[in-house]
Amino acid sequence: MADHLTRLLPALTPENQHFWTGGARGRLQLLGCVRCRHLIHPPAPVCPECLSRNLEVAAVSGQGIVHTFTVNHQPWYPGMATPFVVAIVELAEQPGLRLTTNLVNCAVDQVKIGMPVRVLFENRDPVWIPLFEPAF
Amino acid sequence: MEVLERRAAITGIGQSEVGRRLGRDPMALTVDACLDAIADAGLTRADIDGLSTYPGAMLSGAPGFSGAGITDVQDALRLNLNWYCGGIEFPGQLGAVINACMAVATGLANHVLCFRTVWESTAQGGGRRAGIGAGGGGSFRASGTMQWTLPYGAASAANWIAMMAQRHFHEYGTTREQLAWIALNARRNAARNPKAIYREPLRLEQYLAARIISTPFVLYDCDVPVDGSTAFVVSRRERARDLRSPLIGVEAVGCALHGRPSWDQFDDLTTMALRDAAKMLWTRTDLRPGDVDVAELYDGFSFIALCWLEALGFCRQGEGGAFLEAIARIALDGEIPLNTHGGQLSAGRLHGFGFLHEAVVQLRGEGGERQVAGTPAVAIAGAGGGPLGGCLLLTRG
Ligand SMILES: [Zn+2]
Repeated sequence: MADHLTRLLPALTPENQHFWTGGARGRLQLLGCVRCRHLIHPPAPVCPECLSRNLEVAAVSGQGIVHTFTVNHQPWYPGMATPFVVAIVELAEQPGLRLTTNLVNCAVDQVKIGMPVRVLFENRDPVWIPLFEPAF
Repeated sequence: MEVLERRAAITGIGQSEVGRRLGRDPMALTVDACLDAIADAGLTRADIDGLSTYPGAMLSGAPGFSGAGITDVQDALRLNLNWYCGGIEFPGQLGAVINACMAVATGLANHVLCFRTVWESTAQGGGRRAGIGAGGGGSFRASGTMQWTLPYGAASAANWIAMMAQRHFHEYGTTREQLAWIALNARRNAARNPKAIYREPLRLEQYLAARIISTPFVLYDCDVPVDGSTAFVVSRRERARDLRSPLIGVEAVGCALHGRPSWDQFDDLTTMALRDAAKMLWTRTDLRPGDVDVAELYDGFSFIALCWLEALGFCRQGEGGAFLEAIARIALDGEIPLNTHGGQLSAGRLHGFGFLHEAVVQLRGEGGERQVAGTPAVAIAGAGGGPLGGCLLLTRG
């Protein structure tokens, strides 16, 4: 994904805008349950743990580890620059809380499951795409 | 507890021409398969009072993914239906057949025609397989669940399943050399299937050197889009006794969904939703994995078949790699012959229905050159990967 022109962007909605625009202030934001503090992703109108509907936008540290990844070599549409790394990152705050993302600033053959990573953002107005890079 | 699906039987099977870029109207393929299945059962269209399909007619979706819907077939064949159901939110593609079993078991219908048509090869043309959202131009915006993957270029199930395979490799030490046997075994069997797409021998060295799609998957880990339609007649057992073809009983089905139906949030990314469907199936029968004579398990990507083998208990979770390495196990003359027609990897992506078709062929002893010796009595068919999966255990008679 070195070629930014190839990114397909998300449609912003009231439900997802905290996630896709938090990067403007350097924040990785998810929904959190006010009652039990459970973090919820993707966004939902109810806490899956305690069924509370009292939810708030919460900033997380942006620290995580690579849970798994793949190096994509297939150009799925014209102009897609390959290879690039698609990863599932597990966030530090909660077991099983994961984001699909790209791992950048790292050679594709250097990626390892379990490696610590941190968030950074790529601005593609009006959204800020959360990406991750090695955190050594 | 009465296991209701045992009131159902598969009494007819049919399949159209299957091939690459046939350029034929998908409805024509559908009619070929449907009439073939009705005739195979020794019925006429007047006997058909139920209709079931996956994924149903779709206005959008990948090109060629949906070839015909319920109303298309009802109208083309002028069926008088008492029950029908077409859709995509099913326990895998074979969920359409599980639904049909329940319709006949509960008396809503006597004979349900089930069909699945794909024409992805013709619809996608000569180019490489396109990603989801391709062709949308600069105005395309990802929404729903796709918004979490498409912005990252993860535009295909190849990427999502590849990450599951990578996690399996990491946790259990599974290797590409082991996974290869899903593809190599399929190709060996396809050589004996005149309808298969790829029949020339495939060697391990070729597999290992093949073009990478998304690590650890190479070209041979990904199934081949085709045009074709597959159909079944599912009948209430008491209406099935004097029909033309040998009766194939439905012993048990699995249709559970317990984990999160998500490509990245599922609790254990070394397996998938099929885990719960497989587990459920064994709660509905006294038969055990060791009783199964032939297994037809979804290989849209090679790794999915490995997951099915583990989930169904042919080996323990994590031991799929070592299990496959002993190729004799899954070969045509092995302890559990797998994907005897060549699977979707070599026989073509008939999208789930091809596995059930082959399970019935084997139980009837109609496999020709690829027939498993010793007249198999119990077969399993499982379809679906990622967030969806469903399976049926079948018996002869
Ligand atoms: Zn809560």
